[in-house]
Amino acid sequence: MNHPVITVTHAAVGYDGRPVLRDVSLTVTAGEVVAVLGANGSGKSTLIRAVLGLVPLSAGSVTLFDRPLRRFRQWERIGYVPQRLGAGGGVPATVREVVASGRLARRGLLRPPGAADRAAVDSALRAVGLAGRADDPVATLSGGQQQRTLIARALAGRPDLLVLDEPTAGVDAASQEAFAGALREFVAGGGTVLLVAHELGPLRPVISRAVVVHEGGICHDGGVPEPAGHHAEPDHDHVHPHGPDEPAGLWSN
Amino acid sequence: MELFQYPYMQRALVAALVIGLAAPALGIYLVQRRLTLIGDGIGHVALTGVGAGLLLNRSPVLVAVIVATLGAIAVEVVRSRGRTSGDLALALLFYGGIAGGVMLVGLSGSTSANLNAYLFGSLTTISQADLTTIVVLGAAILVAMLALRPALFAVSHDEEYARVSGLPVRTLNMLIAVTTAVTVTIAMRAVGVLLISALMVVPVAAAQQVARGFRTTMTAAMALGIFAAGSGVWVAANADTAPGASVVLMAIASFLVIALAAAGWRALRRRGTPAPAPTPEPHEVVLR
Repeated sequence: MNHPVITVTHAAVGYDGRPVLRDVSLTVTAGEVVAVLGANGSGKSTLIRAVLGLVPLSAGSVTLFDRPLRRFRQWERIGYVPQRLGAGGGVPATVREVVASGRLARRGLLRPPGAADRAAVDSALRAVGLAGRADDPVATLSGGQQQRTLIARALAGRPDLLVLDEPTAGVDAASQEAFAGALREFVAGGGTVLLVAHELGPLRPVISRAVVVHEGGICHDGGVPEPAGHHAEPDHDHVHPHGPDEPAGLWSN
Repeated sequence: MELFQYPYMQRALVAALVIGLAAPALGIYLVQRRLTLIGDGIGHVALTGVGAGLLLNRSPVLVAVIVATLGAIAVEVVRSRGRTSGDLALALLFYGGIAGGVMLVGLSGSTSANLNAYLFGSLTTISQADLTTIVVLGAAILVAMLALRPALFAVSHDEEYARVSGLPVRTLNMLIAVTTAVTVTIAMRAVGVLLISALMVVPVAAAQQVARGFRTTMTAAMALGIFAAGSGVWVAANADTAPGASVVLMAIASFLVIALAAAGWRALRRRGTPAPAPTPEPHEVVLR
């Protein structure tokens, strides 16, 4: 059996006394690509935020690379991709500047960036197909390209584990493909991935295991669930047209 | 120009230039984290420190540094909790600060002219000792803001990501809070507590009209801060206007010129080259 990278044991999380996760246990071993699936509000984002220590546990424990979360210090081994880039106060930043933040965990506070840092930033930008936009302000990029910028930022730190929160939500098809390619490359290099997704799309072939979160608990842990019924049709696009029986009204003709 | 032969004018000029350089170097992080008016608030709190200093017969600037730092730490604690009531807590702190200041200055028996010196600045009464304090603290602010730029940028840009990077986020936030308090107190002598925020924010606002990246914005903002400080003091000396207000008006004038020039440049470019046909992203779904 492979070495465990993430171990969550009987974890519970609550916001203001309202339980969001109850008694969740999960192990991710080296080389796995685990997708956390579930409906909106099921607690799937909370689960990965708890793994990273961004929300406190009310019970249970999390272990990263054999270290209890509280004593975990090797943050350079983790690349985190949040759901979206914060808008900030309007101060411009180039794509390269944002991606270079990904080197901080390796570089520390005071050491100025060196040749190795620049090379890592360049190769991360190439991996997501944004090398040509490196000196453009991130605010001028499309949503999908901004998401790729965040993935490049995580890759620039050369992590062993990628943790991604809905990396493909609202992202155009070209960016989804670029992202799937970058992820394949990362996994081929021996990386481990934990990602939250609403839909898998082009990521599906990369996923080795799926965990389904439902009402704060894990209700499935194993293979990627097959879509049922008409959801399984290859051209099913998850966008549901209005039924023909909808009454004609102000908005239809 | 001969006014600048007098040592008090030279001191005024040097102090203004140091503050013009240091204030935007800090201000860019405040703008980035949407705390544009925090300098104003801390200035209000610093006024209580001035009052306490005058009342206790201690150096008003020194007591103001201490009180403003405590205020900035309180603000940072409220901010990091992220509660909606934080907004009201800040309002209480700010109004308490200025009311306390006015009352304590009154109790100390100081004249209203003395109060005005802190409210609106009094560049020309800066002593040699004041100047030394301003230069030393200004240099410390600059070194901290420039040397820690990648880390401070990361924390201000995306605090959660910075935490997952293992950065000492709480310490860096406190550093920004304390630096704000120190900047406010040294700038208090130059432009006064009511105008401090302008020097932190206006050069940054002007620079980000034209700059494309964070580093270029910071460099341009510092250059504009120096320009506003130097030209403001020069205008004040020649037209006999209030130095603090002149400096701030020069900063705002440079903002207007740059904003108009940038808008004009964009309009010209649009007219010169026909707009390329928009290339839409490929469709994600087929709507039937």
